[in-house]
Amino acid sequence: MADTVHSKQAITRNSKKISEFQHNRFVLSSLVSKDFKLKYRRSILGVAWSVLNPLLMMVVLAAVFSFMFKYSIENFPLYLILGTILFDYMNRATSGAMSSIIDAQSLIKKIRIEKMVFPIEKALFELLNFMISLIAAAIVMVYYQIPPSIYAIWGLPLLIFFIFLFSSGLGLLLSALSVFFRDVMHLWGVILTAWTYATPLFYPYDMLEGWMQQVMMFNPMYHYVTYFRDIMMWNTNPGGMETLICFAMAAATFLIGFLVFRKTEKKFILYV
Amino acid sequence: MSEPIIVIDHVSMMFNIASEQLNSLKEYFIKIASHELFFKEFMALEDIDFTVNPGDVYGIVGTNGSGKSTLLKIIAGVLEPSKGSVSIGGTIAPLIELGAGFDMELTARENIYLNGALLGYSKKFIDGCFDEIVEFAEVQEFIDMPMKNYSSGMVARVAFAVATATVPDILIVDEALSVGDFLFQEKCERRINELIEQHGTTLLFVSHSIEQVERVCKQAVWIEKGHMRMRGSVQEVCTAYRSLENEAH
Repeated sequence: MADTVHSKQAITRNSKKISEFQHNRFVLSSLVSKDFKLKYRRSILGVAWSVLNPLLMMVVLAAVFSFMFKYSIENFPLYLILGTILFDYMNRATSGAMSSIIDAQSLIKKIRIEKMVFPIEKALFELLNFMISLIAAAIVMVYYQIPPSIYAIWGLPLLIFFIFLFSSGLGLLLSALSVFFRDVMHLWGVILTAWTYATPLFYPYDMLEGWMQQVMMFNPMYHYVTYFRDIMMWNTNPGGMETLICFAMAAATFLIGFLVFRKTEKKFILYV
Repeated sequence: MSEPIIVIDHVSMMFNIASEQLNSLKEYFIKIASHELFFKEFMALEDIDFTVNPGDVYGIVGTNGSGKSTLLKIIAGVLEPSKGSVSIGGTIAPLIELGAGFDMELTARENIYLNGALLGYSKKFIDGCFDEIVEFAEVQEFIDMPMKNYSSGMVARVAFAVATATVPDILIVDEALSVGDFLFQEKCERRINELIEQHGTTLLFVSHSIEQVERVCKQAVWIEKGHMRMRGSVQEVCTAYRSLENEAH
């Protein structure tokens, strides 16, 4: 009897190690599908909203900004929608991730679970919505008859990877910080608004003064948005250097977020 | 006798009372400035040390706030002890407050899969025992209804069914059976007994009902104000614990 119990333990322990990654993947996909179902439950248009919303937003913004300022940007609506859907992704992913640990407190207090799945799940879920909103961008591109450049073949997957890495890194950092200081949650909304205007989403980069252009080099979102427009509407090769900068910014952000999270996660349960 | 399945090695748990209430940066800096931080400490558990062998059925008794739940959370791997360590040789199914992780907007079917995933089951495993879970929970007709429309007893039944769908090496039950009607409680006890007798599952059981502890368990630990006061057969411990109750009256 004793022996059988013992060997059974060894087996379960072994198979547990192997399936740890698989298990987390299953948890992630379950949570993403939960969020997805809840987001579109009881709305008539459902998923179509993820396409319609950016389009409607674009119409509003285009109307406001082309009326107020007479910018000389070609295909301004496309310029707008590319910038806003990418920035919106970062906005939603980080905001969602930020409160994910606090929202999952009932679980964290009761079962042993890899805590990192909660912020990462939010970044993944929003990535899914971002992919759907790419359809909106495609519609606008068809309307203006602008084909994406050849660089999009490798540039778009890379950019999606970078923005995901960047947003989940920020999300990990924010989710860990907000556990200890709820102030972060109030502050982040303000920072996001400031960041929205500090990134050339609605106005052209050239409009900025020299020193502001310098500062812009340190804004990761400026790099990502420009990268996106380069490959999607300007038929420009962003180049190896720019790709490297984008990657380095994402990797550094992720690393910082990851380390802060790992360092603090054991204390979460005492503060949530 | 085989190796112990749970080794609790001189575990102490210290909570920082001050840090538990700090929710803003301002408070934090005020506390730092006034050197109040990290000073108030509270020992929830002090030097708890015992081992549990495979197949043991342990009841844990103690008055409110004695650290029973804290100990169970440390064993379940949810809390990290301040001192000492706990080693576990097997899979754990924690029944600590049932239904954590249920989303009431989702249907029972969706929740069974979600909760199963969170508890560490694979999709295939849930597919395999889905009917069994539904049958145990007796919610066949309501399976595709959002769980916000369920009664609390129904929710508890589903939660219990999901949590015990697997055959764990160690089962941790913390007041989980205090919800639901007596029929459900009996059913849960039957299921727990089945796990113990047929599958050799080790059980750690916390309940405020001493009668229930006596009925279910064979051995018991009495934890009082963070210290282990007594350990032995369930009769001895419960008799001693009862005498405390009589003292108080």
